[in-house]
Amino acid sequence: MIVHFEPASEEGIASVVRSAAAERVTLAIVGGGTRSGLGNPVRADRTLSTRRLSGIVTHNPAEMTMSALAGTPLAEIEAALAANGQMLSFEPMDHRPIFGTAGEPTIGGVFAANVSGPRRYVAGAARDSLLGVRFVNGRGELIKAGGRVMKNVTGLDLVKLMAGSYGTLGILTEVTFKVLPIPPAAATVVISGLNDAEAAAVMAEAMAQPVEVSGAAHLPESVRGRFIDGALPAGAATVLRLEGVPESVAMRAEKLVAALSRFGPGSQLDAGQTKMLWAEIRNVKPYADGTARPLWRVSVAPSAGHQLVAALRLQAGVDAFYDWQGGLVWLRMEAESEAELVRRYVRALGGGHATLVRADGEAHARIPAFEPQAAAVAQLSERVRASFDPARIFNPGRLAAA
Amino acid sequence: MPETIGFLKPRQAVLDRRREIIADLAELLPEGCLISDERGLKPFETDAFLAYRRLPLAVVLPETTDQVSAVLKYCSRYGIPVVPRGAGTSLSGGAIPQEDAIVVGLSKMSRILDVDLFNRTATVEAGVTNLNISEAVSAEGFFYAPDPSSQLACTIGGNIGMNSGGAHCLKYGVTTNNLLGVKMVLFDGTVIELGGKGLDAAGYDLLGLVCGSEGQLGIVTEATVRLIAKPEGARPVLFGFASSEAAGSCVADIIGSGIIPVAIEFMDRPAIEICEAFAHAGYPLDVEALLIVEVEGSEAEMEAMLRGIIEIARRHGVITVKESQSALEAALIWKGRKSAFGATGRVADYICMDGTVPLSQLSHVLRRTGEIVASYGLRVANVFHAGDGNMHPLILYNINDPKDAARAEAAGNDILKLCVDAGGCLTGEHGVGIEKRDLMRHQYSKNDLDQQMAVRAAFDPQWLLNPSKVFPLEGRPAA
Repeated sequence: MIVHFEPASEEGIASVVRSAAAERVTLAIVGGGTRSGLGNPVRADRTLSTRRLSGIVTHNPAEMTMSALAGTPLAEIEAALAANGQMLSFEPMDHRPIFGTAGEPTIGGVFAANVSGPRRYVAGAARDSLLGVRFVNGRGELIKAGGRVMKNVTGLDLVKLMAGSYGTLGILTEVTFKVLPIPPAAATVVISGLNDAEAAAVMAEAMAQPVEVSGAAHLPESVRGRFIDGALPAGAATVLRLEGVPESVAMRAEKLVAALSRFGPGSQLDAGQTKMLWAEIRNVKPYADGTARPLWRVSVAPSAGHQLVAALRLQAGVDAFYDWQGGLVWLRMEAESEAELVRRYVRALGGGHATLVRADGEAHARIPAFEPQAAAVAQLSERVRASFDPARIFNPGRLAAA
Repeated sequence: MPETIGFLKPRQAVLDRRREIIADLAELLPEGCLISDERGLKPFETDAFLAYRRLPLAVVLPETTDQVSAVLKYCSRYGIPVVPRGAGTSLSGGAIPQEDAIVVGLSKMSRILDVDLFNRTATVEAGVTNLNISEAVSAEGFFYAPDPSSQLACTIGGNIGMNSGGAHCLKYGVTTNNLLGVKMVLFDGTVIELGGKGLDAAGYDLLGLVCGSEGQLGIVTEATVRLIAKPEGARPVLFGFASSEAAGSCVADIIGSGIIPVAIEFMDRPAIEICEAFAHAGYPLDVEALLIVEVEGSEAEMEAMLRGIIEIARRHGVITVKESQSALEAALIWKGRKSAFGATGRVADYICMDGTVPLSQLSHVLRRTGEIVASYGLRVANVFHAGDGNMHPLILYNINDPKDAARAEAAGNDILKLCVDAGGCLTGEHGVGIEKRDLMRHQYSKNDLDQQMAVRAAFDPQWLLNPSKVFPLEGRPAA
C-alpha cells in the first residue's frame, strides 16, 4: 500500500523528507493532482501532498505582489486578485479539460510546472512572474530564494530553476509572485480565411506594429467551430488580442484591421467573446475531447510552426492549431504519437521543445514526454539535480524517462 | 585606501608558472589576442568599482567560441582562475581580476550574427554592446528593451552576467525576461546551447540560472534576445515635489492604481542639481524631489495615462508638472538621468548602492538613508528606478582620504542592510560582485547560501570561475 503524507507545515514536510532521505524512500510530490499526467510517469514509494499547506500569506495590492502557501487552490488566488482588479499575467492553462481530471489546481503546481498561457509570448511565463520561493530540498532543509521585490540579482537565481522543475529539486512550500492589473478593456481582431503559412506572416506583421498585441493565435478551419460556440466568422480564424484602456483598444483595433485588411476580411470580437475565446485557446478546447489520443505541445520559432505541421501532414494524420504567434503548436495525432517523426522535424526546423502531453498508458510509459537534451546539458542538469536532492528521492522519473 | 574586502590568496603554483602559462596561451590563440605586459594589463586591473584593483596574470581576447573553449579547457586542466570581462562597466567589481587569474575579455566577439524580424529575435556575440542591438534594428521599428545607463559601452555578455536592468524595465522586464538563448562555454571547455528562438526549452531553466550568475557558471559567447516593436510615441514628464516622502508615496500610488508607465525615475535635490548642471535638461531646481515618468503609445493613449498620473500626483501635492514638448526635450530629460553617475563623478567620488525595496517602504528607506549617510558625516544623492523600488543612493566621498573612504563603505553597508531589513534585497541590477559579497549572509541563511553554492559547484567544481566574487570567502564547499 502506498503511504500518503499530508503535512500541515513546512517543518512537517522537512521532517518527512529527512526520514525519507535517510531511508532512501522515494516520494511522489503532488499538489491538486490535476496535471499529474504531465511529464513522465513517476514511480515512487510514497506520496507527499502539499494540500494542507494552504492559504494566502500576504496580498499587497498596491505593490502588485502576493505570497501564498504552495497548496493554495488557484481558484482562491484568482478570486482574491480579481476582487482587487488584478490577475496573473501569464494566464496559467487549466489542464483538467484535456486530461479529464477533477480537483483543484494549486498555485504550487502552477509554478512547479511553469504553466503559462497565450500572453506568455509578450508578458512572460509563470517563471517570469515568480519573485521568490520557499522550498524543502532533498536533504530536508528549508531554503528560501528570491524575495518579494521586482528586481533582485542577489546571488544565483534559484527561483527560475525551481519554476518548471516538476518537483524534482525541492518541494515548494510558499511562492511569491507579481501580479498585474486586469486591463479594463479587451477586443480581438479576426482575420478570416488564411492558410497556416499566410497566418504566420500576418501574425508576424501584427507583432511588428506598435499596437501591443497580447495574444496571437491561428485557428484553422478544422478547429474554428469549436471555439466560442461556433461564433467565429467562416473560414480559418487568425485572432489577435488587444488589451488596455477602452479608447486605446478601439483605436488600436482599427489600426490593426487597416494594416492587415490586404490579407483577408477583418472583423472584431467584443470583450465577452474575447475573454471566452482566449480561455478556450489557453485550455486547448478543441482537443479536450475526452479521449487519450496523443496530444503534443510544441514550442518552436514562430516561423517554424506551420512548416512543422505541413511536413507532418504528409506522413501522419494530424490536426493542429497555433498560439504564440505560431510558435506554440498544439498537435493532436489521429492514431500513433509519431514521436520519432515529430522530434526529427522539430530538429530539422531549427530545434525547439516537443512535449508529449497526453497519450495512452502504453505510449506514455514508452515515449519520453520531454524533448531529449544534448548529452552535455543532460549531464549538467543531473549534477544540478544532485545538488538539491542527492539521494534522488523526489519524483523519480518525472523529467527523464526511466 | 585600506581594503576592507578581501580577495582569495593568489595560488603560488600558478604565479610560479606565469611564463609557461603565457607561452601556452599564445599557442592557443591567434596573434594579437594575448596581453601579458604590465602596461597592457593595466586597463584590465579594475572596472567601474574603482576602489579595488588587481593586475591579472594575463588577458586573452578570443575571437571565437572555440578559442574561449580552448582557453577554459587549459585553465581547468592547470587550475588557473578565470575572470570573464565584457566592457568592464561593473559597479560591483564583477570584472576585477586577481593576480593569478586569466581575464577572458569578449571585446573582439562583437558581431551581430542574425537579425530575424519575423521571429523578433537577434543573435549576437557576447561582446556586442547593448545599444548596438537596438541600433541595428531601429530603422525597422524594433528595439531591445533592457537599457542600463551604461548601454553605450556595456556588452550583452555583461548584461547577462549581471541580469542588468535599466530605466525602462518597469514595463519590459530585465535581461532575464528578454533573453531567449545562449551559447556558453563551461569551465572544462564544453560548449553548450540553452534555449533558442522558441520560448520553451526542455529540462531545468538553466538559461534563467545562468542569467545573473556573474561569470560563475561559464562564459557566454553568443546570445539570442527578444526584440520588441517600438511604440508609436513616448513622452517623459517631470513631476517636482516638496519632499522625497511625497514623491515616494506618489510612486506607490501610481503603481497601486494599476497604471504601469514605461519608467518612473526618481531624483532628490542633490541629484537634480548635479544632473542639471551637466545636461541642462530643464529639471526644476526649486523642488526637493523629481520624478521622471515616461508613458508611451499613441497620442490619445499617452494623454489618457498622463491624465491619471497627474491626478494622483496632485493628491500628493506636486509642485511642478512639465511635459516634454519635443523629441529634443525628451532626449535631454533622459540624457540628464542616464548620465547621473558620470555627472556625479565630476563633483565627487562616489559609491553607488543598488538595494531594492518594496514600494511601501520607499519613503521610509529614503529617510533612513539620509540619516545614515549624515551620521557618517557624508553626503548622498539619490537617483534611481522608483517604479520597481530599485534604489541607487550615491554616497559622495573623497577616494584619496582613507578615513572618508572607510566611512563611505560603512555607510553603504548600513544602507544595504536597511534595504534587506525592509523586505528588500542587496542588489537589484548591479550584481553582488566583490562589493556586496560579505553582506550575503545578511540576506540569506546558511542553508540558503549552501544550496546556491552547491549549484555553483555543479558547474565549476574547482571553484575557479570568477572565484573571489558573490559568495563569502569563508564557508565555501571544499573544491
